[in-house]
Amino acid sequence: MTLGYVIYKLVLAVIVFAVTLLIAMYSTYAERKVAGFLQDRLGPNRAGWFGILQPVADAVKLFMKEEVIPSVSNRTLFIVAPGLSLLTACMTGVVIPWGTSITLFGTSYSLQVTDLNIGILYLFGVVSIGVYGIMIGGWASNNKYSLLGAMRASSQMISYEVAMGISIIALIMTTGTLSVGQIAAQQQGWHWNVLVQPLGCLIFIICAFAETNRAPFDLPECEQELVGGYHTEYSSMKMGFYLFAEYINMFVSSAVISTFYFGGYNMPFVGRFIHDGNLLAILGVVFLFAKIFFGIFFFMWVRWTIPRFRYDQLMNLGWKTLIPLSILNLVLTGAWMMRHEILSVFIK
Amino acid sequence: MVTTYLFYFLSFLAIMFGLMVVLSKNPIHSVLYLVLCFFTIAGHYVLLNAQFLAVVHVIVYSGAIMVLFLFVIMLLNLNKETEPHKSIWLKGSAAIAAGSLLLVMVGSLKGATTIQSTNAFNPNIGLIENLGTTLFKDFLLPFEVSSILLLAAMVGAVMLGKKSIK
Repeated sequence: MTLGYVIYKLVLAVIVFAVTLLIAMYSTYAERKVAGFLQDRLGPNRAGWFGILQPVADAVKLFMKEEVIPSVSNRTLFIVAPGLSLLTACMTGVVIPWGTSITLFGTSYSLQVTDLNIGILYLFGVVSIGVYGIMIGGWASNNKYSLLGAMRASSQMISYEVAMGISIIALIMTTGTLSVGQIAAQQQGWHWNVLVQPLGCLIFIICAFAETNRAPFDLPECEQELVGGYHTEYSSMKMGFYLFAEYINMFVSSAVISTFYFGGYNMPFVGRFIHDGNLLAILGVVFLFAKIFFGIFFFMWVRWTIPRFRYDQLMNLGWKTLIPLSILNLVLTGAWMMRHEILSVFIK
Repeated sequence: MVTTYLFYFLSFLAIMFGLMVVLSKNPIHSVLYLVLCFFTIAGHYVLLNAQFLAVVHVIVYSGAIMVLFLFVIMLLNLNKETEPHKSIWLKGSAAIAAGSLLLVMVGSLKGATTIQSTNAFNPNIGLIENLGTTLFKDFLLPFEVSSILLLAAMVGAVMLGKKSIK
């Protein structure tokens, strides 16, 4: 544990953090541009060239707005809650392998901040803590709409965590490791996990939509029934924190989906033409980000295409369709892995 | 050296949050302090090199059970007016009973001796590979029996939750 090592890890963590915030910032711009494109409009185009400065203008607007704290609310918890939401959203980036490793001056630097031996469970734990920001915020607002929105959000997240967990177990069974770095490394070339676990991948993506509270599962902020959901009482940058946390979650979910099922930083065929390690690592990062950007676009594409579910439909889908399907996936995966033993019982 | 300081720091936090659970007036605050207390205990597991246990502790207790607790307490909307009033006799007898329990605990701990371990301790037992091997090789039957117990509890909860049994 030398000083250089500590500095390198710190720099890497800061870079990951900065890139996460930057991408979340421009996701808000991309969301409106994609919405404009899908609805045959122009989208934001006033601030700067093609509206490229729109996120900056939004940030200034949010900071300058009057901040209202309801007089009957629980002041401390009301302020802590949006920060908690943003904190849990930012915590997941550390276990994602952003690339292989870069060699500088004879030392190899891995592009993953930390490769925990329980990386997947760490991700899962952070996601399960993410409920608190929403619940505390909804309760501390002392508003019935907020409380109902928070209740909806947390029951939705708990319900979909079950199906997500079971689909991850099937993935762990085929990969045989809980380390995110090893899962990414195993998918070299065309050995993408989506080809091994197509059903698990589908379930995981649907659950990711529900976990990030994105349409068609954005019931917590359903305007017709709940005004603004859990952030009804929030104004100024505190509301900005909640919206920002949603975009960061979207970015991180895309990164996790790409790493678990779509090969992460691996790209087919490129290894045959390029043999320089550093160039290959940088290309891997570029390739991972291309996958992530497609994932974010997919999130937006679905949002502006599919209408919102009704709440009972959402719960039925979670408990009566996705959980049985994920258990079926688990059983099929186990049967496939034990196929020689099972067959040897019948053919003897 | 650092781990010793961390141990004392985490223990201090755990005891402080544990006290705050009991002492805070608002039930929501109590639940949130309990969540923080669970986090410090997860930190202790990490110090013992049991990362798997730590993260499962966070997922199960902080992520699932305490969220349900918070859920119920938020919906019950407990406050001072709805709190049942208890008589002075009840309070006094409760204080005496709890005090004698404390006395028994302190007395039994005072005479306790340090346990000498009979088997050699493996510091890597908390890592997931070793834990999985131990659970599925040496303790397979207890593990399966406890899973059946959980299944029975789940079926019982569903039966109790049903409005009408056909």
